[in-house]
Amino acid sequence: MSRLDDTFAALRARNEKAMGLFLTDGFPNPEATGPILHALDRGGVDFIELGMPFSDPLAEGRPIQRASARALSHGVDLTDTFRTAEDFRRESETPILLMGYVNPLLAYGIEEFCRDAAAAGVDGLILPDLPPEESDRLCEAAADHNLDVVFLIAPNTAEERVATVDERATGFVYAVSVTGLTGSDLDEAPTVDAYLERSRRLVNQNPLLVGFGIKTHEDAMRLSRHTDGFIVGSALINRVEALWDDPTHSDAERLDAVEAFAHDLKYGNAAPTPQPSSEARPTDDH
Amino acid sequence: MPESAVDSPPETSPDASGHFGPYGGAYVPEILTPVLDELKAAYTTYKDDPDFQNELRTLLHEYAGRPTPLTYCNRLTEEIGGAHIYAKREDLCHTGAHKINNTLGQILLADRMGKERIIAETGAGQHGVATATVCAKFGIDCVVYMGAEDMERQRLNVERMELLGAEVRAATTGSQTLKEATNEAIRDWVSNPDDTFYIIGSVVGPHPYPMMVRNFHRIIGTETRSQLRDAVGRETPDAIAACVGGGSNAIGIFHPFLENHEVQLHGTEAAGGGLSGDHAATLAEGSPGVLHGAMSYLLQDDAGQVSLAHSLSAGLDYPGVGPEHAHLRDEGRVTYHPITDDEALEGVKLLSQTEGIIPALETAHAVALLPDLARSLAAEHGDDAVLVFNCSGRGDKDMETIAANL
Repeated sequence: MSRLDDTFAALRARNEKAMGLFLTDGFPNPEATGPILHALDRGGVDFIELGMPFSDPLAEGRPIQRASARALSHGVDLTDTFRTAEDFRRESETPILLMGYVNPLLAYGIEEFCRDAAAAGVDGLILPDLPPEESDRLCEAAADHNLDVVFLIAPNTAEERVATVDERATGFVYAVSVTGLTGSDLDEAPTVDAYLERSRRLVNQNPLLVGFGIKTHEDAMRLSRHTDGFIVGSALINRVEALWDDPTHSDAERLDAVEAFAHDLKYGNAAPTPQPSSEARPTDDH
Repeated sequence: MPESAVDSPPETSPDASGHFGPYGGAYVPEILTPVLDELKAAYTTYKDDPDFQNELRTLLHEYAGRPTPLTYCNRLTEEIGGAHIYAKREDLCHTGAHKINNTLGQILLADRMGKERIIAETGAGQHGVATATVCAKFGIDCVVYMGAEDMERQRLNVERMELLGAEVRAATTGSQTLKEATNEAIRDWVSNPDDTFYIIGSVVGPHPYPMMVRNFHRIIGTETRSQLRDAVGRETPDAIAACVGGGSNAIGIFHPFLENHEVQLHGTEAAGGGLSGDHAATLAEGSPGVLHGAMSYLLQDDAGQVSLAHSLSAGLDYPGVGPEHAHLRDEGRVTYHPITDDEALEGVKLLSQTEGIIPALETAHAVALLPDLARSLAAEHGDDAVLVFNCSGRGDKDMETIAANL
């Protein structure tokens, strides 16, 4: 069992939806990423998607484009991202997936990348511009190092293809909620519901998570009715950007606000703080 | 016009999933996979459909002005003193460059597929103008993405597109040139996959674009073959030269000659201020990578971040290149040469003053190779040596840049 499988199993046992949060490594600056990841952990994140910045992020809306450009302006590269993961892993068992575009991996070397990611305590990979058809080499190298490889489906993905994606994916299948970029507005409720219901029926071998366009706890709960959980990226990036660009906040205040953001996304404003039992990760299972 | 002009070639390359050797393929977000499947299916149907081919043939003839002439450049030949030089006159196509061959093919396909909206990216503005033109002709809405810096450099083309009824949207990130314009066009496509057709302007992007765009431009080479038969009594010249940005005009004239191994094929890339500085010589200086949906050569740093290209010519100012060119480079079938901004400007002067043809700055990169190439061909093959260059576009759009730099 991978760290990610354990996490999903524990959540299922508690009848709880998984919350994945995306943050670009090196954003808002290289020193802040690590402390923010820990704040998200305290806020109840179930797995982290750590973004690998890229010069031409095609599937991203403005917030993640800006985050990527800002990280690159600090000179962040894959070596830095491995270090961020490694530092986090020393203090937490929360799974980390690296998310980004395939070209920096090709430049690093696919085999070397998988080896070094695994050594840094990374659990899986999500590469939106690497469809199953082009992924043989990556999947082989990832399997050699026990890394999960998540693939995506979209509202316009044909039924047979959803099955193919499910067959090839490990970790989970990522259902893109809208035909659009990250951070897009969500479609009308009946459209999204029908799509996620259909996906639920077709994805049998992996957990199903939904992402893109989820901004609030209400969005998250509505969309994850048919899934095992949800993923939020742009809304977190926007929040972090606003907090760190406002000079009136201290770093401690910012980190508290990020923790509260994660907590409210998962449990809603009114919900009580989760009990210690739900914060403890099943670290002795592997 | 020869019967074979718009027929598709036997498709042994690329393979069924769009690979030219290790290059090409379709590295795209999942949303685009069904869109590309739909496009492949439509293209496969219509490329062999007689009605479609007839309509395209008529449009190319009556609207675009094909066949374009093959002009014997007698004064240029004399001036250089080498092989006999012929110009394939794509500059005489409607809208002033070869780009219209492809936009007519794609708009006809979009129309057959029932698409209601066209998007395109443009660098120099030539592809944008060619797209806006066919959209006006077909009465379909058109949005063209263009780098903010290119909009400045090519103001006249922006005004042309707007007059033709297109909306020109500025890409304001990064280098504000063709790379960013392409990013924005792809993002628009991801957001509007159902009703929108993306008319890509070169032999780049995910499969089937590099193959499809190539096939729409092969008419340049097939016409050249039959025109050479009339002009010099043989279908094959000793060498062909063409400029390469994405590589559409070059692949169009090269492709029908690929199997004629005695024909030397020469591509010229933009070396900007020189290879040690800012340039766009992807095949000379780049390395394999993935950008805009395909694996090809790419200008990038050690970390795999895509570099900013530089060329005086906005149409060559792109850090990637078509995947088939990457394959032809590795195979050694085509030789690619870096040409600097200064050499290209000399090329503008040379062709203007000997032949009365003001070439586009892109085209001038091919002209710049002619002196050395013509002389070496004559040394190799004697007085009857024949050299064809693709005069891919006319220079009116570049007059401000040319005047400021000559």
